[in-house]
Amino acid sequence: MAAGNEVAPAEYIQHHLQNLTFGLHPENGWSFAHNAQQASDMGFWAIHLDTMGWSIAMGFLFIWLFRKVGNAATTGVPGMMQNIVEMTFEFIENLTRSTFHNVNPIIGPLALTLFVWILMMNTLKIIPVDYFPGVFSALGVSHMKIVPTTDLNATFGMALGVFILVLYYNFKIKGAAGFARELSLKPFNHWALIPFNLLLEIVALLVQPFSLAMRLFGNMFAGEVIFILIALLPFWAIWLLDVPWAIFHILIVTLQAFIFTVLSVVYLNAAHERH
Amino acid sequence: MNINMTLIGQTIAFAIFVWFCIKYVWPPISNALHERQKKIADGLDAASRASRDLEVAQEQAEQTLRESKEQASQLLEQANSRSAQIVEDAREQARAEGERMIAGARAAIDQDMQRAREELRAQVSHLAVLGAERVLEGAVDEKAHRKLLDELAAEL
Repeated sequence: MAAGNEVAPAEYIQHHLQNLTFGLHPENGWSFAHNAQQASDMGFWAIHLDTMGWSIAMGFLFIWLFRKVGNAATTGVPGMMQNIVEMTFEFIENLTRSTFHNVNPIIGPLALTLFVWILMMNTLKIIPVDYFPGVFSALGVSHMKIVPTTDLNATFGMALGVFILVLYYNFKIKGAAGFARELSLKPFNHWALIPFNLLLEIVALLVQPFSLAMRLFGNMFAGEVIFILIALLPFWAIWLLDVPWAIFHILIVTLQAFIFTVLSVVYLNAAHERH
Repeated sequence: MNINMTLIGQTIAFAIFVWFCIKYVWPPISNALHERQKKIADGLDAASRASRDLEVAQEQAEQTLRESKEQASQLLEQANSRSAQIVEDAREQARAEGERMIAGARAAIDQDMQRAREELRAQVSHLAVLGAERVLEGAVDEKAHRKLLDELAAEL
């Protein structure tokens, strides 16, 4: 909001950083949270409807788009859209080929889904911070945070999905005993150091989902906060900082989607490899 | 949440950002896309050209094969007729030779017979004269009766 407005900057920022939360409030029962206090009072039993809605919408957009292009694909010279989809596909294919050295048919589709989905969710951030909240407030919806990846719930959800796959393949390929041996006899192959190894390896394992979720969330959230801070400038000065920051985010958005995908593939590759 | 000038400020920023993307971000992407399209088109072109070439080559090969087959059959026919000719000639020659030999033999036989007859004739006339001489005891003059004797020998 422009300087001199009666709405305090802190309130503006807080409003923009709050999700549309529906949950079990201790006093109001199942209801929408109208402010940050109410949202935090709900604790675990709450759901961010905007995060859910936008992420699912982006997921459907991805599926619809790729399916449409896939069905209409020609073996001749590709059109513009098919060309873009093919390039993305080839990019991910090369990526999984070079980082994943085992045989698993789900890795390719998984990497493609992660990359395109995260890229689409991240790209929502390029849209000016007041557009969708403005439209939705006109429709009577109090909060609207459209970038799902600035919500730790979304990034952690994806990271947990990957982590479950990592555990699954560890058990499936190495067996419980093999997995336990790997955790306890690495990096120091000596019986006296088993507790130390265990501590080290379990921490290293558990850090995986955190590193995935936190990196994506941290980058996106920080970028979002800066965008909101820039929006507090006088209206004629906003573009001076907003444009460079948005341009910089073309890089961030792609890079973060790429990093999340690569790390997921790397973790899954490690889960497939016997040591 | 109320609408104010911030929205306009953000819209200005967004417009500049979009302009920037159109001007500087999209062209390289678009170029890459076009390059890829061109590469695919070229590849497809080359493939179709190659298949066309292959077709032509196949046709040529077939043509050559057909020609050489024809030639071979011609040669074979020639050879056949030639060999038939040779056989025919040989047969003809053999027959002629045989005939010649038969004729030769026949001539020789005739000659021998003639000679034998001649001899016989000569001896007969001689014997006849001798016999007559004995019968007539000199009454017959050989010279005077030569003509008669010759006539007699010729009738043999």
